[in-house]
Amino acid sequence: MKKALSPLLFALLAVATAFAPAGGGYKVGDKATDFSLKNVDGKMVSLAGINDAKGYIVVFTCNACPYAKAYEDRIIALHQKYAPLGYPVVAINPNDKDVQPADSYDKMKERAQAKNYPFAYVYDETQEIAKTYGATRTPHVYLLDKERVVKYIGAIDDNSEEPDQVKEKYLENAVDALRAGKDATVTETKAVGCSIKWKKV
Amino acid sequence: MKITSFILTPFTAGALSAQNIPFIKADQITRWKTADTDTTYVLNFWATWCGPCVEELPSFEKLNRKYAGQNVKVILISTDFKRNVEKGVKPFVQRKKLNSEVMFMDESNPNNYINLVDTSWSGAIPATLIISKHKNGTQFFEKQLTYKELQAAVKKAL
Repeated sequence: MKKALSPLLFALLAVATAFAPAGGGYKVGDKATDFSLKNVDGKMVSLAGINDAKGYIVVFTCNACPYAKAYEDRIIALHQKYAPLGYPVVAINPNDKDVQPADSYDKMKERAQAKNYPFAYVYDETQEIAKTYGATRTPHVYLLDKERVVKYIGAIDDNSEEPDQVKEKYLENAVDALRAGKDATVTETKAVGCSIKWKKV
Repeated sequence: MKITSFILTPFTAGALSAQNIPFIKADQITRWKTADTDTTYVLNFWATWCGPCVEELPSFEKLNRKYAGQNVKVILISTDFKRNVEKGVKPFVQRKKLNSEVMFMDESNPNNYINLVDTSWSGAIPATLIISKHKNGTQFFEKQLTYKELQAAVKKAL
């Protein structure tokens, strides 16, 4: 009995360790919390404050991570395509500025200005929203419907390095399904990304 | 010049010959997991630009040195962009004089291998998988590891 239990206990401990920073987070079907976070223009942004939204493309991303950079233009294009249809992008930088100075609020403002971000780019300085959502890396996407029910979690598409080689546009497929009132075929994907830079305790 | 130092310092042979970085596909993970071998594999998923990954590399190098005689094989699996292997990863490996084996994960879609490594892996790096046929099977960590943590995990596996 002892022998049977110990590997299990160990496995449980290993799982607990792996998830320690994020605490589990949302699954598809969960209702996500709204937030009030400071945008690069100095104003507070909440999902409820976005007029006429039929859903929200919440993207945890940042300035410095090469994967986030690789997706930057694609995130802009997503907003340009879907915001007019009622599905705006809200980009959230969850990184601690002391651990990653390139992801400070001032650097966010610079980046947003340089690339002329058409979407809100807000700073989750306390990291509470990233923890609550269960974001672990950048970029990490949560598609929410009008009632903030999570419809899709994961990657934007299946090829971070080569936009021209993308075969599966996971996120766009999920938004299109949501627009059509259907369930997405793929509701959860993974992607390699930079770990969120959690505050050092 | 390189040949001279190769002869003079045989223990850095790994670093100097590591110019050749094998490309692997997702199925290699399964092969390691199902291999009928006494070898304990320590697979570390990293990238040259990943701060916490680079910080923990010396711990893996130390582990590689100290456990070389105990059938422990450390493999550093780069998830850098493919276009950076020649101009980024190879010079990095040489500059850091890495002795552990370095490989490149040649999969454009990480969904092909993330769940094969561990279903609990969200995809953030650094991440480390220890595969052992002895005790405790596989151990997976989605975080930066200290040498102490790494050593403790390997001891459990042996």
